[in-house]
Amino acid sequence: MSSPSIGGASRDGYGKALLRLSEDPRVVVLEADLGKSTKSCHFREKFPDRTVSMGIAEQNMMLVAAGMASSGKVPFASTFAIFTERAFEQVRNGIARPGLNVHICGSHGGIHTGSDGSSAQSIEDLSIYRSIPKMTVIHPCDDLSAEELTVQLLANEGPSYMRTARNKVPRIYDDHSKLNLEIGIGSMLEEGNDVAIIACGVMVEQARIASSTLSHEGINCAVVDMHTIKPLDTELVSKLADQCGCFVTAEDHSVIGGLGSALAEWLSSNKPKPLEMVGVRDRFGESGGTEELMEKHGLTSDAICMAARTSINRKKST
Amino acid sequence: MGEAVNVSVSELEEMARLCRIDIVRMTHAARSGHPGGSLSAIDCMVALYGASLRFDTENPNWDDRDRFVMSKGHASPAMYAILNQIGVLDESDLMSFRTLGSVCQGHVDMNWTEGVDFSAGSLGMGLSFGLGCALAARMDSSERRIWVMLGDGETQEGQIWEAVMAANYHNANNLRVIVDRNRIQNDDFMRVQMEIGDIGAKFESFGWVVREVNGHNMSELVDTFRWTEDEDSGPIAIIANTTKGKGVSFMEDNPDFHGKAPTDEELEVALEELS
Repeated sequence: MSSPSIGGASRDGYGKALLRLSEDPRVVVLEADLGKSTKSCHFREKFPDRTVSMGIAEQNMMLVAAGMASSGKVPFASTFAIFTERAFEQVRNGIARPGLNVHICGSHGGIHTGSDGSSAQSIEDLSIYRSIPKMTVIHPCDDLSAEELTVQLLANEGPSYMRTARNKVPRIYDDHSKLNLEIGIGSMLEEGNDVAIIACGVMVEQARIASSTLSHEGINCAVVDMHTIKPLDTELVSKLADQCGCFVTAEDHSVIGGLGSALAEWLSSNKPKPLEMVGVRDRFGESGGTEELMEKHGLTSDAICMAARTSINRKKST
Repeated sequence: MGEAVNVSVSELEEMARLCRIDIVRMTHAARSGHPGGSLSAIDCMVALYGASLRFDTENPNWDDRDRFVMSKGHASPAMYAILNQIGVLDESDLMSFRTLGSVCQGHVDMNWTEGVDFSAGSLGMGLSFGLGCALAARMDSSERRIWVMLGDGETQEGQIWEAVMAANYHNANNLRVIVDRNRIQNDDFMRVQMEIGDIGAKFESFGWVVREVNGHNMSELVDTFRWTEDEDSGPIAIIANTTKGKGVSFMEDNPDFHGKAPTDEELEVALEELS
């Protein structure tokens, strides 16, 4: 896979969105010494009085955000995805339980993060936040969609977690198509009848490459950017179950508890269909280049193609 | 709101006695709950609500009310007893403590009970929450003050010290803490579990204004809370030396009554002592 200079990383979109959100005086930003990385630094530069530095103390940050939310503010608190997890119980008990409007952004999610190594590569964040009642969980695929979805969070009741990625990927959206995005509604990127590929984050690009490859074999893929993991767009999943009859999920996240699991939970109880999951196979990452790490962990368009063929074969044999 | 500042010390002492009766009755009725830490904290809470805290019982969600963050949320009976005294809760609410659907949840919860500003139950979080309230108040140029009630055992949580450091750094001079220094935690005395030593000195070393008081001397407590009203040189910590289970002889300084309700016989003895 390529690492193009075009486009942007989803974390860049988050940073731009905060600037747009600044028009609402309720919006405040909290940082834990990673503002330059999460891109909240742009907000800090322009609105230092509405930016609170919490130092390297994530647990405190989450409850300070909760206190501010209880006082009418709309806090956006960010750090690395993995370090939000340090404050998991604070998010669970201090933010989600009282249903406070705190928006958490975890950047540098996934194996894609690269050379920092396994301590920085969160592969379980979507899973743990998805398990908390009242939480909205979002993982956009490029900078433009991250910007659009972050802006929409202002009108979203209750707490949210958004995972952004460190590295640039080619844009999936443009300034026009991004306007069709809506939290909770899966974004249909390609129509097809043979298999539905449901992807999130940096794997959306891989899903599109896989779809193109498979089209040469006469396989028509539906491709969805399922940017909102929770609440899952089950209406769309249901429609695709009827239309395609089998699924592949693709995520830079553990296959335990993430997007694939969310689909499996719904399908198994409602419309059982073959589902193949592309994701991290219950193991930690390591240092390395993004491309070679994604290859090593099977997070590639080739892996999606293989999974698609398997899923279609399973459909045919039932 | 505010009228209570003229309540006399003897009236406050009587209010605290009634609260103590409610605390033992509530935990007895529920057959569970935390009487010990409720009885140690109640004098501080009565003095604060009676002499200094600005609130409006007609409008418990008044934006500019002072906030009271009950971080040691297991001492919920103390909170409910106070809310009963000021007319936000009633007798039937108290007697439903810990039962299905009750507004008196096991641990204080802002979504279940009017007049409760924080959802507690997990120790170590309330001071950070209070700091968030304090920073928001300053951004809004509001004069509301934020009070946080901590247990001394609770200061074993690392997050407390994250918040202590941050409150000083952000000069949160509208933030005030009461530490209920009863020297007992869930399993045993703190000296057995994890003694923290001079809590006041630790707050001071982080730049806080610190005062140590007798947490059961109503007159001293009233004077202290009034003193805080004109003190704005930094966040304030009141270290209140207390006795766990204060007011009920067999509960006093007894780790067993951290989280155990009185039996029928024990209730009778307790009520006699408090009458």
